[in-house]
Amino acid sequence: MTQTTPSSTMSFVEIINGQPLERSAIPDLPLPQFQNAILDAVQDGHRVAALFGTPHQDPAKLNVYAVLADDRRSRFHAAGTSVSVDGFPSLTPRCPQAHLFEREIAEQYGVKPLGHPWLKPVRFHRSYRAGTDAWNRTATDVVQAGVMEFYQITGGQVHEVAVGPIHAGIIEPGHFRFQCDGETILHLEISLGYQHRGVERAMQGGPDHRSLHYAETLAGDTTIGHGCAYAHMLESLSHCRISPRAAAIRGIALELERLANHVGDLGALSGDVGFLPTASFCGRIRGDFLNMTAALCGSRFGRGLVRIGGVGFDVETTLAADLLKRLDVAEQESRGAITLLWETSSVMARFEGIGTVPKDTAAELGMVGPAARACGLDMDSRRDHPSGIYRFSHVPVSTWRGGDVFARAYVRWLEIQRSIQFVRDQLKTLPSGELRSAVAALQPNAFAVTMQEAWRGEVCHIALTDAQGRFERYKIVDPSFHNWMGVAMAVRGKQISDFPLCNKSFSLSYCGHDL
Amino acid sequence: MLHHVINILIHLALLLAMPPLLPGVINKTKAFFAGRKGPPLLQPYFDIFKLLRKGMVISSTTTWIFQAAPVVTLAATLLAGLLIPFGPFAAPIHFTGDLILFVYLFGLGRFFTTSAALDTGSSFEGMGAAREVTFACLSEAAVLLGLLVLVRLSGSFSLTPMLLAPLAHRPEAPVLLAAAGLFIVLLAENSRIPVDDPNTHLELTMIHEVMVLDNSGPLLGLIHYGAAMKLFVLSDLVLHLLVPFHIGVPAADWVLFIAEMLAMAGVIGVVESFMARLQLRHVPTLLAAASLLCGFGFVLMVR
Repeated sequence: MTQTTPSSTMSFVEIINGQPLERSAIPDLPLPQFQNAILDAVQDGHRVAALFGTPHQDPAKLNVYAVLADDRRSRFHAAGTSVSVDGFPSLTPRCPQAHLFEREIAEQYGVKPLGHPWLKPVRFHRSYRAGTDAWNRTATDVVQAGVMEFYQITGGQVHEVAVGPIHAGIIEPGHFRFQCDGETILHLEISLGYQHRGVERAMQGGPDHRSLHYAETLAGDTTIGHGCAYAHMLESLSHCRISPRAAAIRGIALELERLANHVGDLGALSGDVGFLPTASFCGRIRGDFLNMTAALCGSRFGRGLVRIGGVGFDVETTLAADLLKRLDVAEQESRGAITLLWETSSVMARFEGIGTVPKDTAAELGMVGPAARACGLDMDSRRDHPSGIYRFSHVPVSTWRGGDVFARAYVRWLEIQRSIQFVRDQLKTLPSGELRSAVAALQPNAFAVTMQEAWRGEVCHIALTDAQGRFERYKIVDPSFHNWMGVAMAVRGKQISDFPLCNKSFSLSYCGHDL
Repeated sequence: MLHHVINILIHLALLLAMPPLLPGVINKTKAFFAGRKGPPLLQPYFDIFKLLRKGMVISSTTTWIFQAAPVVTLAATLLAGLLIPFGPFAAPIHFTGDLILFVYLFGLGRFFTTSAALDTGSSFEGMGAAREVTFACLSEAAVLLGLLVLVRLSGSFSLTPMLLAPLAHRPEAPVLLAAAGLFIVLLAENSRIPVDDPNTHLELTMIHEVMVLDNSGPLLGLIHYGAAMKLFVLSDLVLHLLVPFHIGVPAADWVLFIAEMLAMAGVIGVVESFMARLQLRHVPTLLAAASLLCGFGFVLMVR
């Protein structure tokens, strides 16, 4: 809680959202010091925004970088270390936030975090490094999604329920393995990876004309979020400053994306408990918000709006006036449809006290976004690590307490109101400026972090450029990556019939996790 | 004699042809309250005819039970429909003690449906079967207690005199209490909100729908048809208690009966439009309440 740099991260270098550093400025620490610094920093309330591997010149070693988020001081702390490819002591037993990141390192580079309590594949792809992978599979062994050792509980009343990867609804593929005692969930294991496309590797050697498209399609419902994070990365690495007008239009698009998804999710939550009025109305109002995005750029999901150096489409005065009118209608209608949820006791009976994640569990897991804010964690990268328009126009952070389905729903409703206000303010006072600024070549040998608060939580992109200014490593962390474990914790000890509702209240992305 | 034959023929025709109209009305009502246009009123008929023309995929792990279940269930429901009077007209079949047969015909259907669900070996279907029989234990008690009110009122052990007895009496508290209890049973037995959600695609939350996930084609068509018929028969049961009125002219009484049936479907649609589903673990409480309502009605009768 101090305002000075904690001594623990003294060894790490400070870095600000969108301000690149020379790679030589990133300290290369000995492993014990690196890990202890992470532990101390997490103890101090920092979060692990990213922890990832990248190849070392020495084939017997692997570089590992950590980016810690210090939300109170709007800083990131970065450092690197090198570990032996034979393995390194795992951080996870002492720092649960590192759990999935270490599994990812193990899977990508075949380097085992020794003592990791839950070392299983993340996305079920082959190791990037030649030789056997972390599970001693050779290059000829079959690697199939979902094929692994699942945790099992045995006993008289215990039964196993396997859901997915093919689901009855139109959702993405993912496998959920429940260990149940009657109707009670003893344990849920989530196995994803079915949507793995290899985006991080495809970004390497870039940027090229495909890279922005990869970013926009990382998670279809977060097109603007990932698009902005990627564009911001290129702009920061080329020291390009986008015009206030372009920044404002990006902000409008990001908030419209949030509005469409939040309204859609509240409708879906209502549908999951069989409450039709809100489900039907929100489904339609979601479309209205998507259509506003379409009015901006011709795509309901915002494809093509964010361009490197600015935006691809302007908001003329007539369009702004039209959008303001549509916003008023959508606001009034969503208020009617959504307050109906809070006023219907049978809905509240389903929302309250279901799928509770305690605040300390959320913090320990490193949860982000509305799911974390619903547990009372006061964090929002629009305020904590502002970039673009959010440096000038502030959006109040919406938190709630309880960490249950109701809190996750209610935080969304609070955010809907704040976002509508924000979009309205921006449309009324659109600054002037070029739509697109020229982008120069990228800074060589640089390390940069960009972060955006997409609707689901923070989107973090990290780039390491080589001597030619190409991407040597491009690391993407989608908010879903932080939050999937939260779903498993939310349903533990709860009724299996409430799982779909809990899952929807998180509304996580499969492809954002699978990359 | 002739009018008896005509009434029986109308009874049969309605029992066979009208049931799928009820879910159609429910869906229209729900769509109205949701601000949607909704599927056509006759969509359930279209669905059943479509399914009857389709091929079937039958899991190789299943036995004859799986294929027999939809047929047995439909036959049991049809037979139950012949034991119960429609409107003020006597049932085609009635004898002393037929109320027990009536209740346990549904029990037979349930036995086969749940056995077929277990037959597939799917963990979902096993879960659904467990839920179905757990809740049935409670709803069966409510139905029997509700019928006991009528036994007391009519002094008969046959459904026709029992269900026509309220016609001769003014609406009384015990009958209305039993009607309320049986209405809850009607919702539960027909997998309606607040007990089950017939529209959900979420396997883990289903009760009835999850048991028939493996069915396809004609067998699924029979299941839909049988479910609609069960809704029809149980709605008729509740209607006798809730609106014991008749005009006295047979033709007018048949029209009144059809109108009451459609209104009942409308009421179910309204309930579904204004309520969310209960948490599954609260369903037994609701069914216990149904038993209490019927039981209290019975206590009032014997006081």
